[in-house]
Amino acid sequence: MADKFNAESIITETQKRISNAFDVFDHECNKTVDVREIGTIIRSLGCFPSEAELHDIIAELEDEEPTGFVRYEKFLPTMTKILLERKFRPITEDLLLQAFKVLDQQKNGHLEPEELTKYLTQEGESFTQEEIDEMLSAAVDPDKNAILYKDFVSMMTFDDTR
Amino acid sequence: MGCGVTKSTQLQLKPCNRGNISVPAATAMRAALLIQRWYRQYVARLEMRRRCTWNIFQSIEYSGQQDHIKLYNFFGYLMDHFSSANSQRNLVSHMFGDSDLFLDMEWERHVCYKEIEVPDIYTGPHLFFPLTISNVTELVDAFKNKQKLHARYVLQLLGKTWTLLRLMPNISHVCTCKHKEITICGDLHGHLEDLLLIFYKNGFPSAETPYVFNGDFVDRGKESIEILLVLFAFLLLYPHDVHLNRGNHEDHIVNLRYGFTKEVLGKYQVHGKMILKLLQKIFSWLPLATVIDQKVLILHGGISDKTDLNVIAKLERHRFVSALRPLKRRGASARQKDAALEPDGDDELSAGRRRVQSLTHGTPLRFRPEFPRHSVHSESGRTGRSVEQELRERRRLAGLSLSSDSDPAQVLETDADEWKQIVDVLWSDPMSQNGCVPNEVRGGGCYWGPDVSQEVLDRHKLQMLIRSHECKQEGYEFCHNGRVLTIFSASNYYDVGSNRGAYIRLGPDLIPHFKQFQSSRSTRELTLRQSVGRTELSALQALRMQLFTHKSALIHEFQEYDPQCTGVISVKHWAAAVEKVLRLGLPWRVLRSQLVTSSTQDGQGTLDYHHWVNQLSVIQPSTEIANTSLLETLYKHHSNLESIFRMIDTDHSGLISFEEFRQTWKLLSSHLQMDISDKAISDLAESIDFNKDGSIDINEFMEAFRLVEHSRAETEAPPSPE
Repeated sequence: MADKFNAESIITETQKRISNAFDVFDHECNKTVDVREIGTIIRSLGCFPSEAELHDIIAELEDEEPTGFVRYEKFLPTMTKILLERKFRPITEDLLLQAFKVLDQQKNGHLEPEELTKYLTQEGESFTQEEIDEMLSAAVDPDKNAILYKDFVSMMTFDDTR
Repeated sequence: MGCGVTKSTQLQLKPCNRGNISVPAATAMRAALLIQRWYRQYVARLEMRRRCTWNIFQSIEYSGQQDHIKLYNFFGYLMDHFSSANSQRNLVSHMFGDSDLFLDMEWERHVCYKEIEVPDIYTGPHLFFPLTISNVTELVDAFKNKQKLHARYVLQLLGKTWTLLRLMPNISHVCTCKHKEITICGDLHGHLEDLLLIFYKNGFPSAETPYVFNGDFVDRGKESIEILLVLFAFLLLYPHDVHLNRGNHEDHIVNLRYGFTKEVLGKYQVHGKMILKLLQKIFSWLPLATVIDQKVLILHGGISDKTDLNVIAKLERHRFVSALRPLKRRGASARQKDAALEPDGDDELSAGRRRVQSLTHGTPLRFRPEFPRHSVHSESGRTGRSVEQELRERRRLAGLSLSSDSDPAQVLETDADEWKQIVDVLWSDPMSQNGCVPNEVRGGGCYWGPDVSQEVLDRHKLQMLIRSHECKQEGYEFCHNGRVLTIFSASNYYDVGSNRGAYIRLGPDLIPHFKQFQSSRSTRELTLRQSVGRTELSALQALRMQLFTHKSALIHEFQEYDPQCTGVISVKHWAAAVEKVLRLGLPWRVLRSQLVTSSTQDGQGTLDYHHWVNQLSVIQPSTEIANTSLLETLYKHHSNLESIFRMIDTDHSGLISFEEFRQTWKLLSSHLQMDISDKAISDLAESIDFNKDGSIDINEFMEAFRLVEHSRAETEAPPSPE
């Protein structure tokens, strides 16, 4: 009995979170959001999907005749499932650090901006110019003109715990 | 080690950057994917925070605007329903008559600028008419160096501007003439720095660089008069190449509340009054719209389904000195029935943000449009029915308020139509649903949908509408399938880092090109995270103040959920109570932890509400005002109070007598249906008379609140970057 109660309250809590996040982008208060904001909403709920995974989710959420909008009644069940199944789990600080280390072939604890740019704009799901510019503006140590990735990672993940 | 050694021979190797070392491709890809995935999530979370902060600012802004209009409508009500024996009515009657405005032809006689001497010690800029480009450049430089233009030159410049504006049609037609690019700027709101930045990036106005400025030059920012003077100077220099459209803030009634009146009176203590009078005329003579190549329509607010440019082109625009009131009509009999009335909305409101449902899609009853803002009820508590019904009726008439009964002029239907055309142009906002409904959030104009855009633009054979009026994070935003474009040029409008400004370059191809900017070097160097953080802090502070001003009402609501007086309620109830009182439609549960610094939570989703409310304390009473609940009420309504003060202060002296102060207070309390004893008011007035000379200095009085807001800001300085 207690277990059932807990499970239910977890679901309610989860759905409340989903609803709050959705509402922020529901500009006309009619329970729809622009499909282009779905990625932001899903990520702000603590998920870390890749772009490809996001596309799949969106495809599932769109109506038969895509209107450019996603309706809450479709979003809620899909998102609830994602959260309860803990899909797209967060990337830990350690894992992130490892990723940077791997790219730092010379193991000197930092990366050149050009190096990182090359990797992030040519590999994987490439960054746009805007994205890489934004990241570098926060990541590059202006004195050394290098990315001290250990510091960068701890700084960014500290912020995440707000 | 070195190139060529990998686990799988099918993989492509990356070229070596440095030495002979490279990262195996598969690994590089995986690492990159991880970093990208992580970073995108991070950015999304920041975006969410930014959007929330935005919503806070916007709700508070629109709520304040709506308040102002309600107050103004209330005065209109007084005018209609009370005879001239009523002292309250008399206090405001002067606003509804323009007997003190001189006739157009006589301005030179009244505005005796010639008799104003410019003393030798004056080090500011001198103007010589007719103006030359070097003179105007000098003027701009002088303002850049924070100098002030002497009143004599101000009046001279304004007089000539007025003369020129009177020659202009309501709608200016402009041609790109196959080769020119026209620059279009949106709201400036007294942000001189932004205007200077635009001139720096884009060049001064000239025959080769024509400009359209789309209204809202004044209010809010601190350099409104400077912006006006610069724009008017360029207008006089290049009358065919500089186009000014009127905005809803080019209106003396709005200026009373939003800072322009105060700015002018502060900077020009002797001649400020005259300057303001002249500006009243000038604002009414500003053109209403500009059309480029007969294809692109530019106006400040927007349109409605009734918008008809032919009507607008022909009306006498200068008769509408303020868009907030229609022309004089016979009193009680002139209750207009407007065809565009929306169905009777509920006054039991729920959320705060715009709730605009489509009227054309047969939505079921429970989705009837709800008024997004609180009605007068919530401010006033339990009210007398007839006053309320009156006010409700008048709100439903989409701001069509009734005015003075002192002039026995006939009701003209054309007047009402024309007035509506103008209000719609200056105050409307687009919405995403089809249809056209009154804009209750702002209190004037409409919300119009994509179908209306299409119909109106097609009817006039226009391609596109460019408008301003709403702040946008990126400085611009398209809507209605790209047929409507909002352009906003005041960066950091809500606060440092809140938004960029933008302007448009439009060539003969009529495809808009955008340039964005953000003034103040420090903001540009802030990272995304820092700028989001700063604006957020500022929004939260604004919100705390809103909460503080509703302290008593909040406690009352909390107690409703706590019949046993345990002092503790659930977070769920807390959120419901806060929304009921504030009606801002914000996600309170999410915001809760950020509103107070220390934890007041007992752990299991409950909250000690007395403690929480005390944490909000903003005001330290600086005077011996024993009656702290009165003080709280004062603070809550200080914007309205200030508006009323300024309206009463007909000679713009900045001082009002005790008696006037009492009358002000009584006016406000009737508006809000509150009960305050005469004695309490008298005591308060005396204690506020800082100089003990029998009169109250408006600025001093309002300063008491600003000091408090300031000191709070100082104790809560944002965290130092990184």
